[in-house]
This record gives sequence, structure tokens and C-alpha cells, in this order.
Amino acid sequence: MTIDRRTLLKAVAAAAPTAALPWGGAARAQGAANTIKVGVLNDMSGTYRDITGPTSLACVRQAVQDFGSRGFTVEVVSADHQNKPDVGSNVARQWFDRDGVDMIVDVPTSSVGLAVAGVAREKNKAYVNSTSATADLTGSACSPNTVHWTYDTWMLAKSTGGAMVKAGGDSWFFVTADYAFGHALERDTAAFVRAAGGRVVGQVRTPFPGTSDFSSFLVQAQSSRAKVVGLANAGADTINSVKQAAEFGLTRRGVKLAALLMFINDVHGMGLQTAQGLVCTETFYWDLNDRTRAFTNRVRGSVGANMPGMSHAGCYAGTLHYLKAVADMGVAAAKASGAEAVARMKAMPTDDDCFGQGSIRPDGRKIHPAYLFEVKKPEESKGPWDYYKLLQTTSAEEAFRPLSEGGCALVRS
Amino acid sequence: MEDLFGIPAPLLFGQLLLGLINGAFYAMLSLGLAVIFGLLNIVNMAHGALFMMGAFVAWLLLDKLGLGYWWALLLSPFIVGAFGVVLEKLFISRLYKLDHLYGLLLTFGLALVIEGVFRNEFGSSGLPYRIPPELAGSWDLDFMFLPIYRAWVVVFALVACLATWLVIEKTRLGAYLRAATENAPLVQAFGVNVPRMVTLTYGAGVALAALGGVLAAPIYSVNPQMGSNLIIVVFAVVVIGGMGSILGAVLTGFGLGIVEGMTKVFYPEASATVIFVIMVIVLLARPAGLFGRA
Repeated sequence: MTIDRRTLLKAVAAAAPTAALPWGGAARAQGAANTIKVGVLNDMSGTYRDITGPTSLACVRQAVQDFGSRGFTVEVVSADHQNKPDVGSNVARQWFDRDGVDMIVDVPTSSVGLAVAGVAREKNKAYVNSTSATADLTGSACSPNTVHWTYDTWMLAKSTGGAMVKAGGDSWFFVTADYAFGHALERDTAAFVRAAGGRVVGQVRTPFPGTSDFSSFLVQAQSSRAKVVGLANAGADTINSVKQAAEFGLTRRGVKLAALLMFINDVHGMGLQTAQGLVCTETFYWDLNDRTRAFTNRVRGSVGANMPGMSHAGCYAGTLHYLKAVADMGVAAAKASGAEAVARMKAMPTDDDCFGQGSIRPDGRKIHPAYLFEVKKPEESKGPWDYYKLLQTTSAEEAFRPLSEGGCALVRS
Repeated sequence: MEDLFGIPAPLLFGQLLLGLINGAFYAMLSLGLAVIFGLLNIVNMAHGALFMMGAFVAWLLLDKLGLGYWWALLLSPFIVGAFGVVLEKLFISRLYKLDHLYGLLLTFGLALVIEGVFRNEFGSSGLPYRIPPELAGSWDLDFMFLPIYRAWVVVFALVACLATWLVIEKTRLGAYLRAATENAPLVQAFGVNVPRMVTLTYGAGVALAALGGVLAAPIYSVNPQMGSNLIIVVFAVVVIGGMGSILGAVLTGFGLGIVEGMTKVFYPEASATVIFVIMVIVLLARPAGLFGRA
């Protein structure tokens, strides 16, 4: 049997566009007057699927469930932005214009995160970003419609970079992913290293995406004789760098690795044997205290084999706080103006199981403590996901870039 | 120590060696592609996904059955090769009479489906796979620190490439295969079961990809994207070497690994692009590739 040209083309044409369609598919009806619609926009199919993806969606649903019923209904929709700014802003536009979405949450990948912030501002909707890293979201690109919840490059640089210099790592070599996020992370960390009296002896820019072998860069780092190799990359790049650094004996020769952005899911992907001793910064860990454990127990059943990490926790807490603000100001007012809803979120103190008590600053920065963790040795771990030892806590006030230094136009000096 | 081109000589030697190691992966993958294209006329876009499957099968064997690296090296190519045979029987065999483009579209679609299934099942952040204890550790060469496992990869890849070349060029089976590519009906008239031979050839090409996957598992993050990162480069290697040229694919694989390694020292930002620049130049100067027949 042969397949003729027409049949094949039909099949291809039918299969191709489905990849770009909103995931839930149910985002059709216009937002009813008494319904708040939350859109989870993230990476459902690419490298960041585990740190965002279906687990973020489950956490947002958990937030809706924990919020309970207070006189209005909440509907959750989701879509895959494929880490492409154009796809992300198209989905956001469609959600706001046609589907009656009131708030977008999650949005990993800094370029997409910034693009969606622009759309939310233009359409005057609420935007709670949990997973983009760029500190520009609350700096030069800040907006009255944006809350940046979980972490940013400045905070990672300060916590991990500052701690490593204090522990004697005063000469640095950066292995940097060659795009906006990597450059920002390198720039911010280098500033802290220098401020703490350290030196940057070199850096190498690795093509992104498309690099899976880092051995050449690591050998260059080693021959620079730097005490610390700073990995200004993320996801599979970080995993490959760490694996190969162990293989080429960097760590055995006393070189310290600083994984400047690492999630617990990355540690899981490397295995403790490889990841042990690494230092990283997160703002949430499931086993931090009774409240984080309680949250994890509630949501664990709906996340499959994955474990909620800080980005997922940010989706949960951000959605919960948004819903509290909506209840406080009334559904009609919240639907009418996203900026007003965000202003109400800033006016109310936050309190949730993941991050405890906190607040949102005028520039949209959510502040909470930052935790410096060390990855456990295999023999110290009691089982899967028991990965972190707490080394140091930076208080909420100290952890993030001071309000006056961000250059956000919303902050009046 | 002396400097060469402003770079300390030891660093340069080290980078040459690393380039050779990456070249070993390119060579193994492009070899499989060249075999499949040479004998089946199929541009196998699913090769990267099958490479990834090889690594995942190694992980599954360890995780579910407790079978380690050496078993994986043996079993994974068989398992994935058998999967390749099923793919060939069910889908690919229907396209031999059509233009290359159809095979390319079909295998590209298969690659997306396979990657999607693995991503759904195992997530995107990868799975840990350790270097076997027999090959752990490293040699302290004067100019660099060479992990034993990497040396093993180069040697093993060279042997696998050489063996494949010998089978195709020097054995009776290889002669049948080459004859069948030239004139299938005639070979069939001599009593050789050509369709079965073609199916098994596809399986063997796939098994080579899986073997590459097992070799890669301890070095790279075992994740569903691991193949798609590599496949485009490998295609460029095949095009530069000359579509269907087996020796060409192997030599170009190692050669381009070294070129890429050197680029990582002198201009790291371009290291992901350099192979494509070479591809453009080669296509302009010798459209059939360096080793291809026009």
C-alpha cells in the first residue's frame, strides 16, 4: 500500500497547528460576571516542563481549592508558550481579548515573561510571574500590573555569590549561557563577587540552545585557576555542566561549583552522587517547615512523579493571594482593572503555606526569605527528594534588590 | 610551556582530544544515518529520537531490572533496533517509491511523537545515569586530565565504525546490500529476500544510534531532548561528508568534532554555528559532499 501525496499533506496539516493551541481547550466562553478566570501560561513540552508545566497547573488548582468558595467561582485554563515570546504574547492577547481571562500566572523564560508583562499592562489585566528570572520585571520593565513572586537574578547572585566569596571563593570563572538570562545572571553575580573583594578571572559564553558538551569550557575554566566556577545557565545546561565537571575532576581538585540557578528538579535529574556538595539558592523547599510539608502533602497526589519546587510554590501562593485580593475588593472591580487588583495585592500582607508571611513592594517585587542550600551526600539522604541542607537564610528585607536601586518608574524617590 | 596561537599548548592539546571525543559521537550517529540513506534512500529524522531511546533503555534496564552499563551496551541496541524494525515494517517501508521528502516528513513526525511520549512519561529535567565503576576515574596526562570513560568512548566508537565499514565493504552480506541499492529486482531474482534485508538494515542503523545513546548516557543528561540537540549537527556532518558515503561520514564526524573543539577555544560563541558555516562552504564548492559521488 502507498500513501498518496494528498493524504500525507492532509495528515501533516491536521497535526501541525495543534501544538500552538491553548492546552486546556476549554477557554472558549466569555468570562461570566461572577467568575474569575486564571490562565496558567508556561512550558508544557520543553526543557522547563518539570520546573513549571503540569505541576504549576496542579498548584494553581490547589490554590483555588484551598481558597474555597467566597461568593464567586474560579476557572483555571492553561496553555503552552513553547518558550517563544511571540507564542506567549499571542496566547495572552487571545486570553484577555476573547476568553475573558483576568489573571495570568507562572510564565517561565525571561524573554516570554517580559513580553507577557507588556500585554497585561496594555490590556490592564493582572499578571503574577513566578518563574522568569530577570530582575528587570521589577526594575526597568516594572509595571503596575505585574507581581514578580518567587525569585530573580539579583537575589540568586547575592545569596549564592555572596556566600561563596565569604567562604573563601575569591576568584571566579563564569560559564555563561549566551543569551539575555545568562548575561544578566553573570553581570549581577560578578558585581557581588567584586563588591565582596573577589576577582573575576575570566568567562566563556556557551551557545544556547545547542550545547550539550561543556567539557571544553570546563577545561578552560580549570586552566584559569579560578577557585569558583560560576554556572550562569539553567536546566539541562546546568545538569550537563555539573556532570561533566565531576567527570573531568574539577571538584576533586578543589574547584567549587556555583550553580547560580538550580531547582530541586535539576538535582533530581543529576542524582545525589553527582550533585552532592553543590550550593544553590531557593525560596521554597518542601521539607522546610510544617506548613511547607502540609502544602506538599495536599498537592503531591496531583503532580505525578514530580515534586513541587519554588516556581510551583510561587504559582500556588501568587494565585491564592490574588484571589484574596479579589474577594476583598469585589469581583466586578477586580475584573474591571488588573492594575487595581495588583494594587490591592500590594496593600494586603501575604500569608500562605509556602512562603509564610510576606508582602509585595510598590515595584511589584514579592519579598520573602531566601535560603542557601547545600545538596546532601547520598548517605545523608533519607529517600527521594530529601536533598537539601539549609546553610543560611537571608531575611526578606535583605534578599532582594533595594527598592531604590531597581530603576522602576513606579517608585517615587 | 610554549604558546601556540596565543593559547598555552597544553590547553590546545586538551581541546584537540575533547574535539576528537565529540567527533566520536558525530561519527557513530552519522554512520547510522549514512547506512540508512545509502541503502534505503530514507532521510531518517527520527535518528536523534532513537539515540535518546537508547539512553533511556539503558536507564530503564538499570532502574527496573538492575542491569548495569555492560548489559545495556549489549541489550539496548537490540531492543531499540527491534523497535526500528517495527517502525520500518509499519511506516517507512511504504515510502520507498516516493520522493525523499516524504520519508523526511514521516520520520520527523515520528521523532516528535517519540520525544513527546518520553517527555510525558519521564519529564524534561533528565534522569541520572552513572559512569560504570570499571571506567570511572581519570588519567592525569601531562597536558590535561582525561576521564577514562571518554577514552573508552573514542575507542569503542572507532571499533564500531570500523566494523560497520568492514561488514558493508568486505563481506558477502555487504555486497548483497550494495547490489540491492543499485538494482533491487535483479538481486531479488537471484533469490535474495530484499525487503527483509532492507528492514534489517534499518534496524542495524537504528541499533547504531541506540549504541551511541548508551555511550552518551553517563556523560550527558538523559532527557527526551538529548537527541534533537544533536541530530541537526549530525545531519550537517552527513551532508558535508556526502550523503550515503560511509567512510565519508566517519571521517567527517571526527574531523568536525576537532574543528568544533578548536572553535570552543578561539571563539566559543560560534561553536554551535561553525559546522553549518563549513556545510555552506562545502555545498558551494562540492555539492555532493567531500566524499560523495556526484
